[in-house]
Amino acid sequence: MLERVTATAPVRAAQGTGPEQGREVPFRGGGFRPGQRRWVAPVLFVVLIALVEAGTRSGVISNLTLPRPSDVFATLVDLARSGLLWKHLAPSLGRLVVGASIGAGLGILVGVMIGLFTLVRAGLVPLVAALFPIPKIALLPLFVIWFGIDEASKYALIAFGTFTPTVVATYGAVDGVDRTLIRMGQSFGLTWLSIVRKIVLPGALPGILSGLRVSLAIAIILLVAAEMLGAEYGIGAYILEAGALYDLERLFAGVTVLSVLGLVVSFLIGRVERLLLAWRA
Amino acid sequence: MDLSLLDIGHSYGQTRVLEGISLEIPAGQVLCIVGPSGCGKSTLLRMIGGLERPAQGRVMTRGAAPEGCLNPLTFVFQDFALLPWRTVAGNVSLALEDHRLARARREAVIADVLSRTRLSDFADALPRQLSGGMRQRVAIARALAVNPAVMLLDEPLSALDAQTRELLMEDLVGLWSRAPFTAVYVTHNLAEAVRLGHRIAVLSRRPGRIREIVEIDTPLAERRTGEAGLERVQAHLWELMREEARAADAELIDA
Ligand SMILES: Nc1ncnc2c1ncn2[C@@H]1O[C@H](COP(=O)(O)OP(=O)(O)O)[C@@H](O)[C@H]1O
Ligand SMILES: [Mg+2]
Repeated sequence: MLERVTATAPVRAAQGTGPEQGREVPFRGGGFRPGQRRWVAPVLFVVLIALVEAGTRSGVISNLTLPRPSDVFATLVDLARSGLLWKHLAPSLGRLVVGASIGAGLGILVGVMIGLFTLVRAGLVPLVAALFPIPKIALLPLFVIWFGIDEASKYALIAFGTFTPTVVATYGAVDGVDRTLIRMGQSFGLTWLSIVRKIVLPGALPGILSGLRVSLAIAIILLVAAEMLGAEYGIGAYILEAGALYDLERLFAGVTVLSVLGLVVSFLIGRVERLLLAWRA
Repeated sequence: MDLSLLDIGHSYGQTRVLEGISLEIPAGQVLCIVGPSGCGKSTLLRMIGGLERPAQGRVMTRGAAPEGCLNPLTFVFQDFALLPWRTVAGNVSLALEDHRLARARREAVIADVLSRTRLSDFADALPRQLSGGMRQRVAIARALAVNPAVMLLDEPLSALDAQTRELLMEDLVGLWSRAPFTAVYVTHNLAEAVRLGHRIAVLSRRPGRIREIVEIDTPLAERRTGEAGLERVQAHLWELMREEARAADAELIDA
């Protein structure tokens, strides 16, 4: 017969003194688990700004090294009031959207082709590797010759700069798609196009989107370079002009706008990720 | 539809994986293939399903596929191979979308296979929300949806815990009893083989050859785990495999 052990067998909570004294097992499983702390970033930001403000006011930081944050803020407010902010921002946003769309669009297309076709991969991977490290700013004169001094050369510069990192991220993402899923598709007799559309592309999407984060940041960096090419208005042009005059308040006001732009782009991609990649939990 | 394997042999580079495999797989039966790990069972199954080309020999089908069969040779994979971005119903639907079926017909098929695998309540769940056993039931539902002539199962229960495995074996027996299907069932688990196989082919270690084919007469529905007759067959299979498994294990260490 089966012996039944009662669930309520006495348990010795051996606490107290003496040789059989009990000790609780210490917890050691914490950490290594990134969580969410929404307040940390704003607090850190405010503390840093406050430190600089205090430093510049007390004279510990000289006005030649760093502008006073409150002055920069005032400059920004002026800029917004006078309507000049929008006058600079609108053409910059236009260049960013057009240039980055062309670059990222072509980059995703070429990256997927590299991921799918051996011949394309053999030809283009070395080419992309050769193009990637070229500092695009060094090619400014070339872009002017090819595309003129107008908007086209600015679009081209930003597009070129976003193209290569997007290609690399995309074909890496396509390579990373689970082969067993592709095998599964073949085993059910799916057409080539179905496998690409329903298995390869959705499977590569997470990698493509995280690649876009980098590519779009690069696009913002290149905005300033693009606006070196005879732009009257634009955040980049505004920064360059302020820099030439050593007007630190305006320089930092422009840089702040670029930072905010970066935050907005990052936020938007996060939104798209949450929308399209909800299945990832 | 019957299947015949004619003298199949294969090598990967210098490594001989399969050697002289000839097998008859008659319709309506479950053939189990057992053998030590690395002996080429998965390779053989991929060849039967046309996912890989054998270096020697041929795989032949004889006779017509059943009425309404959309994909004669259909796999069930060890790691389920579900699309994580599609719901349960969406995963089943994937197998049907490339065929010209009216939407209503497609939805009827999906509803039917989900109810046969007791998944109707989970049609809109994502794979990550399901337990391992349920995921494999989704994969089985997907396979049933195309009404296959032959199901090719590659260690379908190996990623599951013992209790889930037991339940899924009962499910498979139930599915077969209600509507007998033809299947090639690869496993290294002898208990699964004696529960589910009408015939069991034992492969040697690499290069895999057929050592013996054991037939079990007891109908699937009447087999119970731990029953004396099955235990005897299992013990006999283990005798056959024991030396092979030990030698295969030693080989892996040498390599
Ligand atoms: N695509 C492949 N390329 C090279 N070697 C392979 C490949 N697939 C399997 N093998 C080798 O062939 C042998 C048999 O593999 P497999 O069929 O997976 O064995 P099993 O399923 O019986 O464990 C193993 O030694 C494995 O390493
Ligand atoms: Mg295997």
